[in-house]
Amino acid sequence: MREKILTFIEKNSRIDLKDLAVMLGVDETAVMNELESMEKEGIICGYHTLINWDKAGVEKVTAMIEVRVTPQRGMGFDKVAERIYNYPEVTSVYLISGGFDLMVTLEGKTLREISQFVSDKLSALDQVLSTKTNFILKKYKDHGTVMAARAKDERIMMA
Amino acid sequence: MRDPLSKVITTIEPSGIRKFFDIVSEMEDAISLGVGEPDFDTPWHIRDEGIYSLEKGRTFYTSNAGLKELKIEIAGYMNRKYSLTYDYNKEILVTVGGSEAIDIAMRAMLDPGDEVLIPQPSYVSYEPCCVLANGTPVIIELQDKNEFRLTAEELEAAVTPKTKLLVLPYPNNPTGAIMEKKDLEAVAEVVKKHDLFVLSDEIYSELTYQTDHVSIASLPGMRERTIVINGFSKSHAMTGWRLGYACGPKVILEQMLKIHQFAIMCAPTTSQYAAVEALKNGDGDVAMMREEYNGRRRYVLKRFRDMGLSCFEPFGAFYAFPCISEFGMPSDDFASKLLNAKKVAVVPGTAFGKSGEGFIRISYAYSLEDLKEALDRVQEFVEELREKH
Repeated sequence: MREKILTFIEKNSRIDLKDLAVMLGVDETAVMNELESMEKEGIICGYHTLINWDKAGVEKVTAMIEVRVTPQRGMGFDKVAERIYNYPEVTSVYLISGGFDLMVTLEGKTLREISQFVSDKLSALDQVLSTKTNFILKKYKDHGTVMAARAKDERIMMA
Repeated sequence: MRDPLSKVITTIEPSGIRKFFDIVSEMEDAISLGVGEPDFDTPWHIRDEGIYSLEKGRTFYTSNAGLKELKIEIAGYMNRKYSLTYDYNKEILVTVGGSEAIDIAMRAMLDPGDEVLIPQPSYVSYEPCCVLANGTPVIIELQDKNEFRLTAEELEAAVTPKTKLLVLPYPNNPTGAIMEKKDLEAVAEVVKKHDLFVLSDEIYSELTYQTDHVSIASLPGMRERTIVINGFSKSHAMTGWRLGYACGPKVILEQMLKIHQFAIMCAPTTSQYAAVEALKNGDGDVAMMREEYNGRRRYVLKRFRDMGLSCFEPFGAFYAFPCISEFGMPSDDFASKLLNAKKVAVVPGTAFGKSGEGFIRISYAYSLEDLKEALDRVQEFVEELREKH
């Protein structure tokens, strides 16, 4: 049941629990209990909102920064990752296989703000060997959702 | 001028499903629960294969019966899903949707005067196709109390010495009814006893929610007297690609192939390439859509229960068939009034045969938000009707 609940709420975290219970064919308390324990266990880590900031008319700049670092004895990449993810302007940090080590997503108000973060904070870390900043020009799809307007239902009553 | 038309074609009524659509499409903020096709787009990897085949310039006819690669995939699919073994070379025919297969099967099998048993409510094309193939349709009126399954008794009562073919439309459009193995076994006995053939339209076979679909052709002694019709429209959300198929004994299939050869040539090439991908790598998509429909099915059913509308639990397709006879008006009036008063389009049960009187077809091939909004309106409508009484 957990997987089914997660599949539904991953797409729509605001779904009415009553409806969700009906759709899963179980009772509402069972769904509530599962949700609660998954929150406690850290399986469900939050209920965020996917916002198209462009449409909201708010200027935001997002960059994906490829970072090469030196792992530390006994801690691997975790320590340096922590030093990076503690900055609130960092929205995600992933350890990556391939040509670099960490993929850091950064959100700021201006290009300048981001470049300042990279030069003053990120590059200044001892463990950071190099950075490569990629600015996002356009978001087509985010979290499985296409940002373009929803297509109109063009089906006709045929069959 | 002479009458340009044949006598038979003018006796056939146009499909009753479309009746409301033209009004709906003109109406602002009307919601439809009337559409009989998936709301999902064809999965991208399948569309991509279609596009790729175009890029590669695969724009020629395929062989009449269909691409060899596709027929092999279909044979494999029939085997792994329904334990049926068909020779891809002689017993499988790729058609323009399941609809074409229905038409040519009847034309290949019927002589004037042959009676065809058509259980109703059911899809709108069996009766006209039968008439156009010179057959005589004999309607079996299915019962709500049997959850619209066909019983051996009903079948037995309808058989005459002229009966040749039984149409078996399960999982059913419009009722959502299914036939489980035990139901099919009982029917198969009657079929064999009277030496009948079966046209088993299994286009919704992937959409069952209680038990896996069983094909009547898989029962002992039935393969040689059954044409199984299936396709990609409902299972893989591929309605617009127009691709279906028929499987059956060579003696019938080779005659169907002749009609297909002269009338159609071959099914669309692009669609056939896409369908190969659908059968090779599409099982996950089918499962995902089934799961989604199942949730909506439970939701819709719960709403009808809450409204106090009686509705048997549909275990197949993506329709519910609630009973509205308590309001004492014909289904057609109910649907018209609902559309005018609340701007919700449904299909009256009578579009699928006289025995659909007293019922409406609700499609749940819609997002939960749409269903919710539409059913809120249906609920208001039903409550207002009850207050008046």
